[in-house]
Amino acid sequence: MPIHDWFKAREARKYTLSSGGSIGDLPDGVWVKCPACKRTLYQGDLDSSNHVCPHCAHHFDIGASIRIQLLVDSGSFEETEQVLASADPLKFSAVKPYTESLERARARSGLAEAVVTGRATIGGYPVVLGVMDFRFIGASMGSAVGEKIARAFRLAAQERRAVVLVVASGGARMQEGVLSLMQMAKTSAEAQRLAIAGLPYVSVLTNPTMGGVTASFAVLADVILAEPEALVGFAGPRVIEQTIRQSPPKGFQTAESLLEHGMVDAVVARAELPATIASVLGYLGARCAKGGDDR
Amino acid sequence: MTRFVMPFERPLADLESKLAELKLLDVHDYPELIDEIASLEIEVDKLRATLYAALSPWERVQVARHPDRPKTQEYVSTLFTDVVELHGDRLYGDDEAMLTAFGTLGSRRCLVLGHRKGTNTKENIRRNFGSPHPEGFRKAHRALALADKFGLPVVSLLDTAGAYPGIEAEERGQAWAIAANLAALSTVRAPVVVVGIGEGGSGGALAIGFGDRLIMLENAYYSVISPEACASILFKDSSRAPETASCLAMTAADLMRLGIADQIIPEPTGGAHRDPASVMAAVGEAVGTALDELCVRDIDDVVQARYERLAAIGVYAEGE
Repeated sequence: MPIHDWFKAREARKYTLSSGGSIGDLPDGVWVKCPACKRTLYQGDLDSSNHVCPHCAHHFDIGASIRIQLLVDSGSFEETEQVLASADPLKFSAVKPYTESLERARARSGLAEAVVTGRATIGGYPVVLGVMDFRFIGASMGSAVGEKIARAFRLAAQERRAVVLVVASGGARMQEGVLSLMQMAKTSAEAQRLAIAGLPYVSVLTNPTMGGVTASFAVLADVILAEPEALVGFAGPRVIEQTIRQSPPKGFQTAESLLEHGMVDAVVARAELPATIASVLGYLGARCAKGGDDR
Repeated sequence: MTRFVMPFERPLADLESKLAELKLLDVHDYPELIDEIASLEIEVDKLRATLYAALSPWERVQVARHPDRPKTQEYVSTLFTDVVELHGDRLYGDDEAMLTAFGTLGSRRCLVLGHRKGTNTKENIRRNFGSPHPEGFRKAHRALALADKFGLPVVSLLDTAGAYPGIEAEERGQAWAIAANLAALSTVRAPVVVVGIGEGGSGGALAIGFGDRLIMLENAYYSVISPEACASILFKDSSRAPETASCLAMTAADLMRLGIADQIIPEPTGGAHRDPASVMAAVGEAVGTALDELCVRDIDDVVQARYERLAAIGVYAEGE
């Protein structure tokens, strides 16, 4: 699982700041450089444009709280399982202790875990929403992420809501070893149960979605959407390069190429996501608790 | 017979070959050799005992990858009768890295799944060294649908380094194919018995790798990532795999401790390749017993128990 690829790619994509400081705590009035078109942007403009470059439509990576704000009906989000977080079952320590990585991730992201879940409405439709945050150990899936995803599916089944998951991940979290691997089976089993209950599940694949997360719950949705240019795949580009000893073609594993190969339903610009999800739920939500329009 | 020597076996192999050389000499010409040979034999026995007594996780990985280790094809032809192989995924092709077949174990008709490595280079090229493309997983998916429809118990044999990481595999939806299998396995209305016979490489193993029972051979492994890949991520140095192998909780004993595996089948000293017949017989017996237990139960209970078992896997903190 090539988390390091994504950390590397992320390094390259980092905001270029005119002043020092980290991405998480940008004060107003800071200039940022678009990694795609290299133009200098006013942070305030970026904030009001869904964190999409107004010049080239590059979609900046965003954390969970901004994502939730952009997606749900204003004020509708109510977080669940707030205190559920990773433990260190294997006492994993190679290079540095896992507990240290967790502490750093918590400090950096302000989150307890790599996925935030909760109840919300989108276009009036009641959903259980899950949003992954790549700043938290590459939004990798260990026991806690697996359990939170599992509980999100169960809550939706109980309350007859749709599930909407905004996915980003480097894959399974290697610091929890085989326990992480098994979360793939566990989350897939929950997605399958929701499907049997006849309740809808929409996933949004964002940059980047890789490895064991792609190969489990992320692609078991009824409708799979992806953000423009998001990198999505199973094996990382570097692993593939090492295996076949040549560079993957241009555009490989992008949302657009997945669309071309029939793997996602639509590539949807960030600004259109709430409306698109609401439309989809309108069609799939017959067995859900009432909400949205009554067509 | 020359056999493949794993790096950690080298000191023993050297001693063994020295002993063999001495034995070729005529002891009538060199009477002093009798004592020499006797003491060397004791030394070899001692070394063999200590060398294999407590293999490190990395040494077990080497045993699990041993080229002479019995493979899926041998298990199927040894343990099952009336075998009917099923080919193709009905979508793209027939992936020889995945075996799907009907087979009868004792008197019980089963569906058999397994990653298929080759026994020589030619076979390995055809079988892609046991690393399936999406069509391999989709072939297994189709076979699982048959098991579901006709209530055939499933026996799945794990032996893969992982799903193949190639451009075409990605373009044809490797992740999608694996995920579909995970969903299908979780609800298939037939008992599922999984045996880790060698390598259990990540998602490619998991795609046919969980069910109602997980039986592990003593030196088989099952891991979220290969120790080499983990080392190259963490240390930027894949040669530090022996260290990461010890961290990843990937051995049969680890899986028992974590409640993921149900049973370990001991291997002969040195590994399964030293006595394939006895290992395969033990696997046949363990699978038969597991199926005897599962097949008398109501299938709804079996499927529900499978779900509950999966749902319980994980260690996390929940507030103070």
